[in-house]
Amino acid sequence: MALTGLDIYKQLPKKNCGECGVPTCLAFAMALAAGKAALSSCPYVSDAAKEMLDSASAPPIKKIAFGAGVELGDETVMFRHEKTFYHPTTVMIRVSDNLSAEEIAARVAEVNDLEFDRVGLHYGVEGIAVTNDSGDAAKFAAAVSVASGALAENKSMVLLTEDAAALKGALEPVAGRKPLVGSATAANFEGMVEVAKAAGVPLIVKAAGLDALAELADKVVAAGYKELVLDPVTTETSKALADLTQLRRLAIKKKFRSFGYPVLAYTSKENPLEEIVQANVYLAKYASMLVINAVKKEHVLPLLTFRVNLYTDPQKPIQVEPKLHAVGDVTPDSPVYVTTNFSLTYYTVQGEIEASKIPSYILAVDTDGTSVLTAYAAGKFEPEKVADLMEKFEVASKVNHKKVVIPGYVAVISGKLKEKSGWDVVVGPREASGIMSFAKANFGS
Amino acid sequence: MAVTLVKERWQSRVGEVILGATPEQGGTRSHTITVGGDGTLPFLHFEGTVANRPVVALEVNDVEPDWSPRLKEYYADVINNPAAWAKKCVDEYGADLIYLKLVGANPEGANRTPAECAQTVKDVLAAVSVPLIVVGCEEAEKDNEVMAAVAEAAAGENLLIGLAEQENYKSITAAAMVHKHSVIARSPLDINICKQLNILINEMGLPLNKIIIDPMIGGLGFGLEYAYSIMERARLGSLVNDKMLAMPMVCTPGYEANRAKEANAGIEDFPAWGDLHDRGTMWEALTATSLIQTGASILLMRNPEAVKLVKQNIEELMVSNA
Repeated sequence: MALTGLDIYKQLPKKNCGECGVPTCLAFAMALAAGKAALSSCPYVSDAAKEMLDSASAPPIKKIAFGAGVELGDETVMFRHEKTFYHPTTVMIRVSDNLSAEEIAARVAEVNDLEFDRVGLHYGVEGIAVTNDSGDAAKFAAAVSVASGALAENKSMVLLTEDAAALKGALEPVAGRKPLVGSATAANFEGMVEVAKAAGVPLIVKAAGLDALAELADKVVAAGYKELVLDPVTTETSKALADLTQLRRLAIKKKFRSFGYPVLAYTSKENPLEEIVQANVYLAKYASMLVINAVKKEHVLPLLTFRVNLYTDPQKPIQVEPKLHAVGDVTPDSPVYVTTNFSLTYYTVQGEIEASKIPSYILAVDTDGTSVLTAYAAGKFEPEKVADLMEKFEVASKVNHKKVVIPGYVAVISGKLKEKSGWDVVVGPREASGIMSFAKANFGS
Repeated sequence: MAVTLVKERWQSRVGEVILGATPEQGGTRSHTITVGGDGTLPFLHFEGTVANRPVVALEVNDVEPDWSPRLKEYYADVINNPAAWAKKCVDEYGADLIYLKLVGANPEGANRTPAECAQTVKDVLAAVSVPLIVVGCEEAEKDNEVMAAVAEAAAGENLLIGLAEQENYKSITAAAMVHKHSVIARSPLDINICKQLNILINEMGLPLNKIIIDPMIGGLGFGLEYAYSIMERARLGSLVNDKMLAMPMVCTPGYEANRAKEANAGIEDFPAWGDLHDRGTMWEALTATSLIQTGASILLMRNPEAVKLVKQNIEELMVSNA
């Protein structure tokens, strides 16, 4: 709920002293409402007014930063089509302090390697969560130290224990990594707040049940700390979906301050496939961070790929420039392929052409970032349009042949395209996966 | 301190569609399956009715399909026999329904006659007792002939037949009306075309509770988010009483997920993507489970291991969270 200039004006001292750089308090209020001024430039505003204005202008879900550039929260909508989701769910891999030093180092090495390249994108997990399963402070500190030593610089850490003294001991040597720490419970929160506050790191607040969680979050805030991440203790999939939905709704629709923080979810499944399916529910429905056990590439890649899908800005369909692209060292003999400018279609085609090792041109038709079938169904892959583009990008001057390859799915436009462009139209494979053998058969030397 | 939960009061609900018909109803199925009917967003039991669980149909083809060897392994012994294939899907792989694709009708392929296609449908009906979804070969003219023959041969079975599209919906809609079936109305990721098509079909006289929407999804990593948002919007529309968007939705994760290189390329070619077996399974499973979070009612799938995961996920989500 944004305040209007008048709402803000009511809270100002109305001295019209001009010391803030704006001649009147009303003008200053208007500037504040427009986000063009900061309340701190008024020397006379009362603390009560400050508190009220600060909280009213705060985002519904606070942004929490830690580690090597991780940002959680600061979401503003329930559905991505309403605007977009901003901060992709952070995924952390659990590392238990019950493991030996060698096992920890090996597991962290696996985590470092959880980085993927596909369709022109690079993505990976954000780091590790070291858990004090042993219940032993010295063991925890040793595990954290080994894990930190093995962890790549660009990854981040979460330290999880319910023993404030154990946290303090483990945190000190790795404080430079700015880890997220936890977990503050009803029993230990005073000590945990002290440790987190002293180190300047955000703190996880953990309580089962939304009533208990709100109560504890309020207590932690009253104890003087607001850098928080909420842990509603997710165990059962359906209940977790309900809790995560309520946390997001209360924060966004009701501006319920006790829940105005990012939310963390844990998986409860042992089988990695079942675990990823469960994690997928929490990723879809509102977890800002996930702690999972699965560490194999084949399990983690699908989950992170869904994250890419979900957090793609719906206002900006992912497209490549609609033009004639060269793949490899093209020559006048190089084949010419036509596809859409939807980046996923384009990069899939490009990948296959690269793999065929035959340098080629790709003419990316502007289909507003839709795939071949969708574009054709919507009248965005018409022969006239393709012919115009061929002319616009002077394809004829780039190659010494007159042969253009179109996707198999739009075979039906071949006659018309030939007529409009005067080029021979070769119907290529329907799926990009067929390009390799198609290229070898048609253009191989 | 008691937190006051936010519960939306939705004015309406998703329409219900019944698939299949028992002998008393003029068919031969052992039971019918009802989809749709939810009065809230997916699985929010605390807020409204979650009437019917999403169901999974396994795909059966009438000719050997061009699938990856990894997928075909599950069906190696039945791949040339649609009836046996369907039976295996139900008996061994837990399919709620069978999704029969009459690819063999394609004039560029096996070019089977409408009568031959109708016989295949009868064979599959005889082999399994679950309701059937039947589509043609995606060659519009031929499909109109084939689906008319299929609709007649299976009159009274209340098949779910497809595909009705904006440019070609009349013939299949008429066949469904005459022979008492339901239709899949497919629109290319466009909520306005989706509505328009439902209106056109309805105007011909097919009741709204005989229409299922296919919004044309993209697979995981390949534009899944487009369908994800279209489907969320359709579900929200149905809850605020937009009757022309209030049909249950069918999705094709089996086809879309397995088209991706990520579901087909071996670890030897892409070591950084991990082992193919589980990767392929997860590609299809997550495509499906993501979409049930938006309101998908029928999932058309291929990989039995993915089906097992998806059905378990559905089971867990059907537990009340009120």
